[in-house]
Amino acid sequence: MRRALLALAAGILFGAGLALSGMADPARVRAFLDIFGGWDPTLAFVMGGAILPMAVAWRIRSRMDRPLADAAFALPETRTLDVRLAAGAVLFGIGWGLGGLCPGPAIASLALHPLAVAPFLLAMGAGFALHRVTSR
Amino acid sequence: MIGALFPQAQPVAGFAGGLMIGVAAAIMLLGLGRIAGVSGLAARAVGLAEGGAPRAIAAAFIIGLPLGAVLVASLTGGVAAHFPAMPLLLLAGLVVGYGTRLGSGCTSGHGVCGLSRLSRRSLVATALFMASGFATVALMRLAGLS
Repeated sequence: MRRALLALAAGILFGAGLALSGMADPARVRAFLDIFGGWDPTLAFVMGGAILPMAVAWRIRSRMDRPLADAAFALPETRTLDVRLAAGAVLFGIGWGLGGLCPGPAIASLALHPLAVAPFLLAMGAGFALHRVTSR
Repeated sequence: MIGALFPQAQPVAGFAGGLMIGVAAAIMLLGLGRIAGVSGLAARAVGLAEGGAPRAIAAAFIIGLPLGAVLVASLTGGVAAHFPAMPLLLLAGLVVGYGTRLGSGCTSGHGVCGLSRLSRRSLVATALFMASGFATVALMRLAGLS
């Protein structure tokens, strides 16, 4: 229960950050990706702002035996660069460019513009399901 | 200076929102020992991923996202959003959903958590999805779609 509440608080802060930063607006994200148009560098500031506290957090983490509210760290240990990683990233970038939406802002938009974002989220769920079926 | 070069940019709001995203991801890492990767947590929350975070934790984080957005909208008088046409949304969603699962992450997991960890996999993934995002929008511009 305590862990779920902590995750909920983190999700609320994350969603608030997405909304405040302008990343919940697909047009602003696409303007960042539109380097031959009226380029909008805002997303670079969002990424910079997000990476700073996380860079500190990784240093703190290296001195911790376990997380504050859980028994152990469960972090990705895969090191290999493979075709799946590359193909997945390229596909994601194509979808990101087409729609101006990635998973975080799309889910955050559910409470702001539910009808507008619903087709994207349903299709995203179908994409999750397609991957699950094909990776078995 | 940035305002003069790029009149539509919002560097201050962007940086402030980014800090909130980073602190939220730090809470997930230092509090729960997890990566705040939205695609993975979302797939886990809806039962479309095995392994990963306990489902209650994934669901709680995912439910928080729209709650936080509503909070900001109510405090600031609304959050602007301009969505593309329905066929683009459907195609984009499908490709984003499949691609993020195949590539094990999106802008949050690889972009924020992985880059700050100097993960080689995340550096490669982020470079590739940025490049293909730039290329996609450039091609759409050429085709008269944007």
